[in-house]
Amino acid sequence: MPMDKLVAEVLAGNRRALARLLTQVENERPEVLPRLTALFPHTGRAHIIGITGAPGTGKSSLVNALAKRLRAQQQTVAIIAVDPTSPFSGGAILGDRIRMVELAGDAGVFIRSMATRGSLGGLARATRDMVRVLDAAGFDVVLVETVGAGQNEVDIARTAQTTLVVEAPGLGDEVQAIKAGILEIADILVVNKADRPGALQTVRSLKMMVETGHPAARERFAAHHGRLLPVPALPAGDEVSLWQPPVLQTVATENTGLDDLLAAIAQHRQFWHSGSRVTQLQERYIEIELYERLQQALMQRFVQALPPELVSATLQQIRARRLDPQSAIEQLLNQVETHGYPSSR
Amino acid sequence: MTTRAVRVLIAKPGLDGHDRGAKVIARALRDAGMEVIYTGLRQTPEMIAEAALQEDVDVVGLSILSGAHMTLVPRVREAMNARDLSDVPVLVGGIIPDEDRDSLMGQGVAAVFGPATPTDEIRDFIHRLVAEKDADG
Repeated sequence: MPMDKLVAEVLAGNRRALARLLTQVENERPEVLPRLTALFPHTGRAHIIGITGAPGTGKSSLVNALAKRLRAQQQTVAIIAVDPTSPFSGGAILGDRIRMVELAGDAGVFIRSMATRGSLGGLARATRDMVRVLDAAGFDVVLVETVGAGQNEVDIARTAQTTLVVEAPGLGDEVQAIKAGILEIADILVVNKADRPGALQTVRSLKMMVETGHPAARERFAAHHGRLLPVPALPAGDEVSLWQPPVLQTVATENTGLDDLLAAIAQHRQFWHSGSRVTQLQERYIEIELYERLQQALMQRFVQALPPELVSATLQQIRARRLDPQSAIEQLLNQVETHGYPSSR
Repeated sequence: MTTRAVRVLIAKPGLDGHDRGAKVIARALRDAGMEVIYTGLRQTPEMIAEAALQEDVDVVGLSILSGAHMTLVPRVREAMNARDLSDVPVLVGGIIPDEDRDSLMGQGVAAVFGPATPTDEIRDFIHRLVAEKDADG
């Protein structure tokens, strides 16, 4: 089969072609599928780093500072910077480039801004595919900067090999961080704006949370105190979680603390690639991805198979309280299972 | 009417620091459902062209209040053309004297909008441009 022109151009390093393909991926164009298939064998080489954390912690500045350092090490860097879509208009202001001005003239850097848009699961899927395109295009490192909160972050952590969670002093008490649930996905915790008052406190409380929340630490804790709650045995093959996330301090705008951060990233990458961890983790991610995509594909086919008049009648019944949502689902499922899916094109 | 997200780059080339206009436009276009990439102040023509390429935008909007438009705008256009972006329209907003307007339009600028332009007019203009482009294939 002759290679698709756009795919060939992307592999040859044509930036315009790359930008166009990224748009097609983001817009979920049908012609994208064979292109992603063709690029897939070229993926798996880039180190993918996720950067997440609450708004205002300085993620963009940190990405900028990190990218500059990586460039100094002769590594090529692609950046995906995600900003929220307005739920009211569907539009977005994507302003992460403002903090990345210093990278603007560099041919070894490619920055792409991305809006969260609306679709459920769509962002994670699009991000994953865009990362793959950038990986196939030959970038050494792909930095993915995310919006800052919620399920999206967890999804993106599954795309990245190393996830940085960025905090800043004075953004509220540490319980907020636990609630947000993003500490669990951190491979490295960064307290940015560390020249501000309260930085040490933030570092201390994060360290405490990491240590008490960590399976390995829990094990030690229990052994030390002997009679604490019994520690459940770690499930087999769970050594992936035995990485102890370091808590580091940076001042991104002044390039402070970046050497330590880069060292920690390198260390984590090494950890990742040592032993059987990388295969175990990748297998798990691939399984998750497969189920997610299956879910989306099934959902799409299912909705297409439903007669619209049945859907509106069902909705009306629920609205009138004559039918509850769960029973409605049963009815709809039965309908499709009895009459089947329309034959695919 | 297009169903895909329209992507617009709003940039301020040159040295003036008056970004209120650019921000008002960015916001209006966002409220019209567009994805607006805002790059901040003091951009060189090269930076703007490179951002337009990487972001694969449908339209580039330049806000200039310094009076340097006759120098800056052709340079942005050239830098874009050099990157194979000659099909991406450039719009200019700001204080542009009438006698410069025609000259700019003759140098590959799709429209010039003065300070009193209603944002709806700019929105509609962009929608028309994108619809035409999509119709061309």
